[in-house]
Amino acid sequence: MAEPILKVENLKKYFPIKRSLIDTLRGVPQKMVHAVDGISFEIYKQQVFALVGESGCGKSTTGKLIVKLLEPTDGKIYLEGRDVTHIRSKEEILAYRRRVQIIFQDPFSSMNPRFRIFDILEEPLLIHGIGETKAEREELIYKALEMVKITPPEEYVGRFPHMLSGGQRQRVAIARALILNPTFIVADEPVSMLDVSIRAEILELMKELKEKMGVTYLYITHDMSTARYFADWMAVMYLGRIVEMGPVEKVIDNPLHPYTRALLAAVPEPKPERRNIIKELPIKGEVPNAVDIPPGCRFHPRCIYAQKGLCDVEQPQLIEYEHNHWAECHLVGKY
Amino acid sequence: MAKNVLEVKDLKMYYFTSKGVVKAVDNVTFNLRKGEVLGLAGESGCGKSSLGFTLLGMPTPPGKIVSGSIKIDGREIVGLPEDVLRKEIRWQKISMIFQGAMNALNPVYTVGYQMVEPLILHKGMSKDEAIDRAQKYLELVGLDPEIVYRYPHELSGGMKQRVIIATALLLEPEVVIADEPTTALDVVVQAQIINLLKKLKKELGLSMIFITHDLSILAEISDRVAIMYAGKIIEIGDSEKIYYEPAHPYTQKLLAAIPRLHEDIDRLEFIPGQPPNLINPPKGCRFHPRCPYVMQVCREQEPELKEIDKDHYAACWLL
Repeated sequence: MAEPILKVENLKKYFPIKRSLIDTLRGVPQKMVHAVDGISFEIYKQQVFALVGESGCGKSTTGKLIVKLLEPTDGKIYLEGRDVTHIRSKEEILAYRRRVQIIFQDPFSSMNPRFRIFDILEEPLLIHGIGETKAEREELIYKALEMVKITPPEEYVGRFPHMLSGGQRQRVAIARALILNPTFIVADEPVSMLDVSIRAEILELMKELKEKMGVTYLYITHDMSTARYFADWMAVMYLGRIVEMGPVEKVIDNPLHPYTRALLAAVPEPKPERRNIIKELPIKGEVPNAVDIPPGCRFHPRCIYAQKGLCDVEQPQLIEYEHNHWAECHLVGKY
Repeated sequence: MAKNVLEVKDLKMYYFTSKGVVKAVDNVTFNLRKGEVLGLAGESGCGKSSLGFTLLGMPTPPGKIVSGSIKIDGREIVGLPEDVLRKEIRWQKISMIFQGAMNALNPVYTVGYQMVEPLILHKGMSKDEAIDRAQKYLELVGLDPEIVYRYPHELSGGMKQRVIIATALLLEPEVVIADEPTTALDVVVQAQIINLLKKLKKELGLSMIFITHDLSILAEISDRVAIMYAGKIIEIGDSEKIYYEPAHPYTQKLLAAIPRLHEDIDRLEFIPGQPPNLINPPKGCRFHPRCPYVMQVCREQEPELKEIDKDHYAACWLL
């Protein structure tokens, strides 16, 4: 198989929690939020790799680590085989960002309200020194807007973000990411703030751009249904770890991990005949905080199949149970 | 057939802004039967939340009820003075489960303090009686009764939403309006809250209006569904009819836009354009600028809701 575009190895990010001065003097140990706690995956060209999980599972932190908005605590990130974990110099970061871009969740706060659409799209060009004259940049901006179907572009470039609808703003955000012609895009919940009718439009657009421009995506979402529709591969995260990974159909049609099963059971479906059935979810309690991670398998306090003496003691490993289908559970096939 | 606990007729609620009159709820008519859940769906800005607040007799300023009638259990509430509404209608006859559980509770008071307030004010209970009652309802929604002594920040999002639900039920209202009760919650918690509402519907025979933009969630709980567009109900009927035989092009398009978990879909449909500005809604059918089947008559005359099947109404010239 070809070389992966992006490869992540045992990536970790811990955030320190503020201690009081007295605690610091007393030598109370520093507590850490284990936001991302040792994850590895590979993404190949023109793939859409979905990172799915509930809030607080570390999926957005992973995205930020990849675009280098955060420094990892440990682990490695490779872009097209090159180790980019610790690039620091301005030139290196610039060169990296030209290839790796991000689309944020909230199109209402990810744009400067005082910038016109033209300025929003011109900024990345100026930063990266693309287009010598204003006319050249204008051409690129018009092209980018046309690509995301904001037409005619000359009508929109003079507007401010608040003059656009949510869907249009998200399309401008996509244009801003695409204007540098990146190889890799991290899309962090790009449709979760949008109405259903517009959601479909944005997903269609991102799909089309994948084909046309050969972009590869990391699609971060909490929504299994859009992941099924948009992504090829999927990794399910829980408390900073990947608990299951594989092609989307395999994970959704034949989930191996009890957490994946619970997540899938929780997805509402537009089938009114289900309205009189109360289907209890195969999961207990609520997500613990990421400071005091449970020992052993971190899902065991919520798992309805957990075995005493095994799951609460021993940390399971991510194992390939069938071709291309990985899970991190002691009990795969035994529950 | 079960009797109607809520009858809304020709209701108009407009926002009187400096830029013009926004016709957020325009000629809305529907009934809610006892023990039934009516789902109210539509895109943001279609007037569904505005309608919800109006039903409690408290349109958000600068909104005002212009005309029409809202009858709760046979009693007209449009035109009632504010103090009567507060004392006799709100929370007693009709209550609301608010959107955004995170912000609906006051952070400086304990859960119990906020819950008992209406009991003491409306029912004249003593504090102990009121706490007892609050604890009973907390248990009903699957929480530890000890939570009355806790502060909101000590609770998770799902627990807060349960508190909000318990509070809405406390005075045993005839009608409960749930405005996007699960929107800010994680999938697992969302499914648990939906299960809770299903259970309450079964055990207490709740009559509820469930407002959301998410048709998948709506299908999980609604007996009947009303689809709103640009301030109007454009289709209403039994859930099975709406989901499996949608009549209005807007409803059809909305349903085709939902990605399914267990089906491979090649292309999702979407609705080009955006909902109209409600200060100057388009002439004729309000959906006509976005409708793929638009005809001359759609641009000129507004279609009325008409019965196309038993208990299934839609407003479209095609039918």
